[in-house]
Amino acid sequence: MLGYIARRLRATVFVLVGVSALVFVMVRLIPGDPALILAGVDASREQAAEVRRSLGLDQPIWVQYARYVGRAVEGDLGKSIHSRRPVWREIRDRFPATLELTMVSLALAGALGIVVGVLSAVRRGSAIDSLAMVGSLAGVSMPIFLLGVLLIWLFSLYLGLLPTGGSPPCLFCIDHLRHLVLPSITLAGVSVGMVARLTRSTMLEVIHEDFVRTARAKGLAERLVIYKHALRNAMIPVVTYMGLQFGVLLGGAVVTEQIFSWPGMGRMLVEAIESRDYPVIQGAILFMAAVFVAINLLVDLLYGWLDPRISYE
Amino acid sequence: MNSLFRGRYLAVAGLACLLVFVAGALLAPWIAPYDPQRQVIAERLQGPSAKHWLGTDQFGRDIFSRVLYGGQVSLGIALLSVLLGLVVGGLLGLGAGYFRRLDGPIMRAMDVLLSFPAVLLAIMVVTILRPGVLTVIIAVGVRSIPAFARMVRGAVLVVRSLPYAEAAAAIGASHLRTITRTIVPNSLPSVLVFSTLQIANNILLAAILSYLGLGIQPPGAEWGLMVSQGRGWLRDAPHVAMMPGLAIFAVVLAVNMVGDGLRDRFDVKLKEST
Repeated sequence: MLGYIARRLRATVFVLVGVSALVFVMVRLIPGDPALILAGVDASREQAAEVRRSLGLDQPIWVQYARYVGRAVEGDLGKSIHSRRPVWREIRDRFPATLELTMVSLALAGALGIVVGVLSAVRRGSAIDSLAMVGSLAGVSMPIFLLGVLLIWLFSLYLGLLPTGGSPPCLFCIDHLRHLVLPSITLAGVSVGMVARLTRSTMLEVIHEDFVRTARAKGLAERLVIYKHALRNAMIPVVTYMGLQFGVLLGGAVVTEQIFSWPGMGRMLVEAIESRDYPVIQGAILFMAAVFVAINLLVDLLYGWLDPRISYE
Repeated sequence: MNSLFRGRYLAVAGLACLLVFVAGALLAPWIAPYDPQRQVIAERLQGPSAKHWLGTDQFGRDIFSRVLYGGQVSLGIALLSVLLGLVVGGLLGLGAGYFRRLDGPIMRAMDVLLSFPAVLLAIMVVTILRPGVLTVIIAVGVRSIPAFARMVRGAVLVVRSLPYAEAAAAIGASHLRTITRTIVPNSLPSVLVFSTLQIANNILLAAILSYLGLGIQPPGAEWGLMVSQGRGWLRDAPHVAMMPGLAIFAVVLAVNMVGDGLRDRFDVKLKEST
C-alpha cells in the first residue's frame, strides 16, 4: 500500500509539472503583449520595455518558467491586470462559492442517482426500470446550459418561485439557499444519469453474488438484503465514480456559474478571458487543474481503503 | 444494418432520429424555407406558426431554417473533431500499446491532458486561437485526443495478448503487417463504439463553447450560440432559446442511443476510456 501511495504521488508530481508547463506555454501563445496591456495603450516603447523587464518577460522562456513555478509554489500567481489584486486573493474570494455549488450538486446527484439506480436494478425489466434508464440516458444527453435555461424559465420566470441568478453575501440565510437551488440542480443534472446507470449495473452484478443468495437463504427480509448487503458492496465503484465526478463538476461549474451569475471561479475565468486578464486566466486554470489532479489522487487512495481486496500491483 | 441493431429498438429509434437531423443539415439549402440570415424586424419574436414552424428570433430570422443550417455547423464540428481525436489519439494509443518503450512517455503526456476538466482545456485552446469553426474543431478535438489514446491503447493491449496476434508475431510478420492486418481490424468494434459516444460529447462541448461566447460568433447559426442569444428573450419568447436547445438534446440523445446499441451489440467494455 505504501509503495502504491509513493508511486501515485510521484506520478501526481509529474502530472502537476506537465500541467504547469502546458498552462505556462498556452498562456504565452495567447495573442497580445501583456506588457503593452499593463503599460496601457498610450505607453511609449521605453515604458513598455520597462514593464516587460519588471515582469521578467525579457528573460529566456525556461528562466521565465522556472521563476513562474517557483513563485506558484509559494502561492504567488501574479497580479490581476484589471483589479491589480494578487491572483491568489481573487481565487480565495471566488473558490468557496464554486466549492459550495460543486459539493451541493454532487450530494444531489449522488442521492438521486443512487435511489434511481437501485430502484431500477431491483425492478429489472419493469416499466420503472425502462423509464429510469430512458430518463438517465436523457439526463446524460441534456446540455447543461439547456437545463439551466429551462429551470430559469419554469421556476423563475413562469412560476416566479426562485431567483434567476446571483448570490447574496449571507452564507446561511434562506435567501442564499433559494439562490443555490437552481444552479445546483443544473450542475447535478450532468451526473445524475451516469450515477443511476452505474448504480444499476453494479447492483445487478452484486445481486447475483453468492453472499446475497446466502443472505436470502438465511431468511433475511428483502429490504435488508438489498440495502444492507447488496447496496453496500455495489457502492464501491459508484463512490469512486462520484469522487472523479467532483473534478468534472468543477469544469461544469464554469458553465453553470455563467448561466446563473454565480460568483465563483468559473465566472471569474470567463470574465478574465473576455478582458484578456492573463495572470488570472493562468492562475485560475492552474488552480482548477491542480484541484482536479489532487481529487483524482485522493479518490485513487480512498478506493483501496474502501475495498481492501483491490491489488496495488 | 438489420442484423446490427436487431431487437434494439432504442438504437433503431436513435438511428432514425439521427438520420433525420443529418438529412436536414445536408439538405438545408434546398429544404430551409428561408435564408438563415434574413432579418424581418416586423416578424421578430413570433411563436411557432404555419409560416415559421419554430417561430422567429429577436431579429425576425426563421428559427427552423437556422436550426437546419446550425445542424451543418454542430454536426460538422462534432464529426471533424472526433476524426481529429481518432487520428491523432488513435496513432498515439497504437504506438503506446504496441511499442512498450513508447508507452510511458505517451501515456504520461495524455495524463497531463486528462488532468484538465474538458471545458477548461477547450477554453484554453479557444483563447489562443481566433474564434471560428476551425478553432472549435481543434479545441474540441484536442480534448478527444487523450481519451482516444487511452481507449485505443487498451484495445491494442487486449488484441496483442490474444493467440492469433501472438501467432502473427511468431511467424515473423512485420510490425506494419501485424498492426494493419491483426491489431487494427480487431480493435475496430471498440473504436467504433467509442467514436459514436465521443460524437455526443463533442456536440455538447462545442455547444458549450459557443454558449459561453468562445466558439462560433454571431451572426453564425450554431445551436449553442442560438440558445445563448435567445436567453435574453426567455420571458417573452422562450422558444427562441428552447428550439435550438432541444435540437442539441435530440441529436445527442439519438447518438447516445445508437452508441449504447452498438456497445451492447459488440459487448464492448470501455473502462480504459473512462
